Amino acid sequence: MMTLPSVEVLRPRTVAEAVEALAAHQGARVLAGGTDIVPNLKYGMYETQHLVALRGLSSELRYLREEQGELRIGALCTIDELAENSLLREKLPALAEACAGIAGPQLRRMGTLGGNLCLDTRCVYINQSHFWRSALGFCLKKDGTVCHVVAGGKRCVAAASNDSAPVLLSYDASVKLVSPRGERVVKLRDFYLADGVHNTVVERDELLVEVRIPRGTSSLKQAFYKLRTRAAIDFPALNLAVAIRVSSGRAESIALSVSALAARPAIIKGLDDLIGKPADARLAEELGRRAHKQCKPLTNIGTDPEWRRDILPVLVRRTTLRALGLS
Amino acid sequence: MSMKLPSDGAGFPSGESALSGARSTEGIGARLPKSDGGVKADGSGLYADDLSFPRMLHAKFLRSPHAHARIRNVDVSKALAHPGVVATLVGSELPARYGVIPWTHDEQALATDKVRFIGDEVACVAALDERTAEEACRLIEVDYEVLPKVLTPEDALAHPEVKVNEKAKDGNITKHVHLEFGPVDEAIAKAASIARQTYRYAGSTHAPIEPHCAVARVDADGNLTLWSSTQIPHYVQREVSRVLGIPQSKLRVIQPLLGGAFGGKSDPFSLEFCACKLALKTGRPVKILFTREEVFYAHRGRHPMTMDVTVALDGDGRIAAVDDKILIDGGAYASFGMITAYYAGQLLTGPYRFGTYRFDSFRMYTNKPPCGPKRGHGSVQPRFAFEVALDEAGEKLGLDPMEVRRRNFIGEEVDTVNGQRITSNGFLKCLELVEQASGWKERRGKLGRGRGLGVAGSMYISGTAYPVYPNEMPQSGVLVKLDRSGRVTVYSGASDIGQGVNTLLCQIAAEELGCDARNVTVVAADTDLTPVDLGAYSSRVTFMNGQAAREACQKLAEKLRAAGGSTFAEACQKAEAAEGAPLAATGGYRTVKLGGNYRGGTIGASPAYSFTAHVAEVEVDEETGIWRVHRIWAAHDCGKALNPTLVEGQIEGSVYMGAAEAHMEEMVYDQRGLLFGPSLLDYRIPTTVDTPALDAYIVESNDKNGPYGAKEAGEGPLHPAIPAIANAIYDACGIRIRELPFYPQRVLKLLRERDARRDALAAQEKGQGRVA
Repeated sequence: MMTLPSVEVLRPRTVAEAVEALAAHQGARVLAGGTDIVPNLKYGMYETQHLVALRGLSSELRYLREEQGELRIGALCTIDELAENSLLREKLPALAEACAGIAGPQLRRMGTLGGNLCLDTRCVYINQSHFWRSALGFCLKKDGTVCHVVAGGKRCVAAASNDSAPVLLSYDASVKLVSPRGERVVKLRDFYLADGVHNTVVERDELLVEVRIPRGTSSLKQAFYKLRTRAAIDFPALNLAVAIRVSSGRAESIALSVSALAARPAIIKGLDDLIGKPADARLAEELGRRAHKQCKPLTNIGTDPEWRRDILPVLVRRTTLRALGLS
Repeated sequence: MSMKLPSDGAGFPSGESALSGARSTEGIGARLPKSDGGVKADGSGLYADDLSFPRMLHAKFLRSPHAHARIRNVDVSKALAHPGVVATLVGSELPARYGVIPWTHDEQALATDKVRFIGDEVACVAALDERTAEEACRLIEVDYEVLPKVLTPEDALAHPEVKVNEKAKDGNITKHVHLEFGPVDEAIAKAASIARQTYRYAGSTHAPIEPHCAVARVDADGNLTLWSSTQIPHYVQREVSRVLGIPQSKLRVIQPLLGGAFGGKSDPFSLEFCACKLALKTGRPVKILFTREEVFYAHRGRHPMTMDVTVALDGDGRIAAVDDKILIDGGAYASFGMITAYYAGQLLTGPYRFGTYRFDSFRMYTNKPPCGPKRGHGSVQPRFAFEVALDEAGEKLGLDPMEVRRRNFIGEEVDTVNGQRITSNGFLKCLELVEQASGWKERRGKLGRGRGLGVAGSMYISGTAYPVYPNEMPQSGVLVKLDRSGRVTVYSGASDIGQGVNTLLCQIAAEELGCDARNVTVVAADTDLTPVDLGAYSSRVTFMNGQAAREACQKLAEKLRAAGGSTFAEACQKAEAAEGAPLAATGGYRTVKLGGNYRGGTIGASPAYSFTAHVAEVEVDEETGIWRVHRIWAAHDCGKALNPTLVEGQIEGSVYMGAAEAHMEEMVYDQRGLLFGPSLLDYRIPTTVDTPALDAYIVESNDKNGPYGAKEAGEGPLHPAIPAIANAIYDACGIRIRELPFYPQRVLKLLRERDARRDALAAQEKGQGRVA
């Protein structure tokens, strides 16, 4: 079978110990549920010598509570407990649905929300064995110099493939990061990077410890849709999250997020002129058009990019209608 | 008749003498649970990779990163010097060529002079653990001279000068078959309806959950034992002994519990040769376990085929001619490819009568992982094309798809156009069952927009007439031994690859001897202990091994009957006393002469043929092209269900696999010849939640040649799934999809072409209306 490189596993008992461990070991990586990093280590994607295992932090980082009107979710909550949480399913159905669609039951039981938000970007040319990548001639993300997705590309465009991110973006959620230097709260819309090297603003000694969902999110009209070839154990070919605040039949706020395109989830821009418009089928149609203009699927994912772009307006329209309870 | 005793090893009704009309309730037709079901479910079963020995080494392969290259030099010195490495192996140490078919020995355990696809094995390293072996492989220096490559069968035909495999006599052709039965062109010229189109079938792989694994060990006497996840222990024994130059009698091949095969383990593989050679070289046990990626390179899966098909019907809707031109993409080695070229044509000639028939097939070498036999070997692809074409030709005559099939039924006890003898044939019953179950008559055409029903039929072999190497010995053998305790032991060479033959052996023993099936031990697929069976391929195992077991048990039953006794154990004791020796008997099976009297006429000739009919119900989302199957009704004529639960399982598993190929499975390569995403994440097979509702129906036609009337059930039921789905898509939305998989983007493209046609037609009519 595929083998793991030998790494030292550090087992901190507190958040403070964990971030100290990250600070102390150059190149150390975080091991939460392991569902992303373990296969990536087997693929030889990282040169890591140290893993900081977070299992000892479960009592500290596995919670769901309301504070100052916000819903706060500990980063070590597992995907399955979020997917099956009755409160979440009732109040934040898009998030619960996104979680329920991640991988399969065994992986949901291991994977964590923090891990999903920090999921490494994925590309058909990088998430492969060392041998396969050697036959390819490697790529600029690791061991090589060229990009096989964008001819002449200089930045990695591996796709953001986490299912929870688009929903949390549509909620305008924030995350709390802790380091030995202190803590900070970052809006998720400022969290993801696409500089070709880093995918998030998380510093090497920082740990994502909490997700904060703003007050009033549960009254948003919301829906999530994941396009994929098979109904389980599949990364997204496209992810859509829609959240609309409706008042007296009109859209008061509109958030539409699309992922599985490039390195970070896209937030569809320029929707201000739609504020105040009736929350109806025409709005759904219009959102589809706007998304179609702004989203350019790539060959970083195996599913035909032209087709994905082609059907995007249909998927956005349907997801919006579902959010509005009109489908 | 009173009930069978629950315990004490006796299936005998109390007070009755042995076999005096007593029949075990665990005999033929019983729904006995699979004998290996429990250990597979609870994890206690021992697969090849579960075996471990003291001082055992782990070996890994270095593989070619080039699709086609000459090897100038292989330098293993750095790998050998790597701490933890015990031995290395290069091609020159195992130069003999081999292959499952004796006429196409075109493979080597490790390449000597040339590599032929990305993933071809070049060297092997044995070390204390897998990681060390893997690291050491990267230290091997290979000097390659990259050669021009051919990646498609079209290119392989066009460029004979780019020789993929030197074994090919003519260019890159593994095998060319051209056979014609009757005046085809004449019949087409006179036909009332013709459907002529090109169809493309993508290659797919088996994806058994257990990757290939081999463990080899040498004992103090120099005897070699190989445990391998194979479905052909006998052929592996022959080939490994030949390549290693050791007598067959010194090599014991054992097939442990197997985690799926589907034809993907019916060739001898590099890991078997290398594990054995390294065990001899080091004197230590050696294990080689493929990664999932390596399973993809070992492949031997479904051949991609391009098929130009003509189906011509006469005015009564009868099949006047079928003309099939088939180009087969074989990959770098022959595997069973010689047979594939025949099967692609020879197995199409039922369940319908063909007036005339011609097929022309080329199996080509290309610089890709070798294709081979996947469930429904060679015939799934042409069946897809034919069943769609039949619908199309029938429609032109206004014939309902059910009717055109019924009208062309070939019948029982009849010869096909290519000289194959069909004995029993329950196809009409299959058709009737799925027609009724699906509500075809009432529901078809009334399901609403985007929803439709489709039907297809098929035929398959129950084993082939000859072994792959010509000989007069039995194709399957069984030895049955009775113990005075009442324990029955069946020694059988057959490979249980999940189809359940070990369970059926218990049932056959129970049926014939009247014993309790749970008191039967099956010792299987161990070349030292069991008589030869040729292997689990061509749907031959239950048919042939079942006959052999039945014969052996019947010999013993006679002795038990003569001995008498109130319990089974007592009967065994009395019989043994009468015999004055331990009680044992053997049985064997050999086919009679079969097939047409022409070159290749025996290939595809089988002692009995199974028949299947499917109806599929699909729903197509016309805005996205995404479609799904709601339900498939599958009726299969298996002759006689020796164990209905196992037959239903085979039907369901087959339908699942066929629907999977229609839906999403494809071996995709880039311009380098690099297999795209060799993992179960990128090469998607459907999960349980993707699987449609499956209704399996058993039809029993009681074949005179099969054990208790049985025919095959493991491969035939796959065939109609794909064309039934294609025909249902047509019924749902009026598009004919002729290329697999039926990706949603392909469906959407066809839907748009349909709309454009409709618009053009409407505009034309409007224009004409104006003129009028």
